[in-house]
Amino acid sequence: MDKNKSTKYNLAVLLSAVVLVCCGALILGQKVNAAGEGKITGTVKLDGTAPHMKGIDMSKDPYCTKAHATDPAHLETVVVGSGGGLENVVLYISDWSGSPTASTGVPVFDQKNCVYTPHVLAMDVGQTFKVTTSDQTTHNIHPLPNPMTGNIPWNQSQPPGATPVEKSWKAAEVIPVQCNIHPWMHGWFVVVKGPYATTDDSGNYTISGVPPGSYTVTAWQEDYGTQTQKVTVAAGTPGTANFTFKAK
Amino acid sequence: MRIELRKWSLLLGAAAVFALPLPSWAQLTIFDLDTRLGTESHIGNITGHAKDAAAPYRRYCVGCHGPLGDGEGENAAWMEPPLLPKPRNFQLGIFKCRSTPTGTLPTDQDLFDSIARGFDRSSMPQWSTFTKQERADLVAWVKHFSPRWAGEKPGTPITIPPEPEVTPERIKAGRDVFARVQCWKCHGVLGQANGPSAATLTDDLGRPIAAFNFTEGSRPKCGDTDRDIYRIFMTGLDGTPMPSFSDNIKPDEAWDLVFYLRTLMKPNSKEKQMAKQLGLKPVDPNAPAGQQ
Repeated sequence: MDKNKSTKYNLAVLLSAVVLVCCGALILGQKVNAAGEGKITGTVKLDGTAPHMKGIDMSKDPYCTKAHATDPAHLETVVVGSGGGLENVVLYISDWSGSPTASTGVPVFDQKNCVYTPHVLAMDVGQTFKVTTSDQTTHNIHPLPNPMTGNIPWNQSQPPGATPVEKSWKAAEVIPVQCNIHPWMHGWFVVVKGPYATTDDSGNYTISGVPPGSYTVTAWQEDYGTQTQKVTVAAGTPGTANFTFKAK
Repeated sequence: MRIELRKWSLLLGAAAVFALPLPSWAQLTIFDLDTRLGTESHIGNITGHAKDAAAPYRRYCVGCHGPLGDGEGENAAWMEPPLLPKPRNFQLGIFKCRSTPTGTLPTDQDLFDSIARGFDRSSMPQWSTFTKQERADLVAWVKHFSPRWAGEKPGTPITIPPEPEVTPERIKAGRDVFARVQCWKCHGVLGQANGPSAATLTDDLGRPIAAFNFTEGSRPKCGDTDRDIYRIFMTGLDGTPMPSFSDNIKPDEAWDLVFYLRTLMKPNSKEKQMAKQLGLKPVDPNAPAGQQ
């Protein structure tokens, strides 16, 4: 064997080895991905006195007034629970590089007692969500995305017993939702890419389905804006990211 | 020293080269529009070409709709909603008068019809003076302002079954639809645009907007034939508070509602006569749902 040939042979062996190792890593990586679904957990709190949430005058519609006879309605811009936990904060991975539609299930946005339940509905790009009505009065569901993002506004009537509306959004965007018939009705569709979570009434959240790795977690609150944190998720050890928003 | 000078001049030269495209970035919108000058429209066997409409647009439309089609022409400042709606912003690609479902693009024919029809209670006249070819060109021109047409197809027009015979039963049934879906919330029980929600209505851009008053004798914005009225409430008027009712009113019921709406409108009609004979009363806004 002359020298030239031997070099070529060596190169071929080396290349095959590299390819093999790469394939192995890919397969193993997928296994980790499927089996070791990591998590990011934490709590979002408000620092300072919770702002006063104004009451809502629903006298325009007797049905709505009656629905809140014993439980007066008020704005839900900032909802603070036990121990200063902030509700309705959406947490998502802003540098997510996996499939944008990582979440399964059909999130539901209900029109109940003339308010939106939940007030903030998070979802993935391309994930189907459902709009339902539990009310015996007519609403219209009118999301107002910026048409330049690729999301197009639509407007559907929701009389009592209306057929649920099932839709999805094309692009990541925070979309205000309104009812023109009841101008106080205001909510949000927060459309993100990849795993997400929304804080409960104590401000706690868990983002599941996160493979081990380093991420940037973003917390979005409708009035206070966004905050980000770097988080590392290891196999078997959830990442932690606690956020604090300062009261205005 | 000399080396330093050379270095600096090199740097400056490079900076100048990179700065050259800056003026075109500043006019990105116009650049974008130029790339879309090939936009076409198809109306029957007529093909409209955007580039052929540049001159008529500049002459007849630019005053309100603006050179960039954003509805910010020099006359726009004088229009005060809700009395006088602002000119349409074509860049958004959102249109009131469509034969297609809510959230979809209108067909070329829809835009073609809108130009000829004009919009009552607005500054948009009937452009019936244009030839069909000119109108088709203008449709292509209107489309070229919005990037939506580059990546999206118009929606599928809704199916409108043939109009049935008007009967007193159908008018009564139409009144039930009017009560069930609560048209009166904005339009009022007599169609006078004075429902409980009328005063707070705003369009998608947050500007005040009025509900249609059926009793004044003016034409609905998207046409005044029975089929037009059917289409208006089934597709909704995108960009306004008027939603689409196609999920919640069946085609047969929709015709009933058209007949009932005719009883509220000013011109004397067969429907109005029938309602009179029936002694039909306006719906009761305080009656619980389903009990009229």
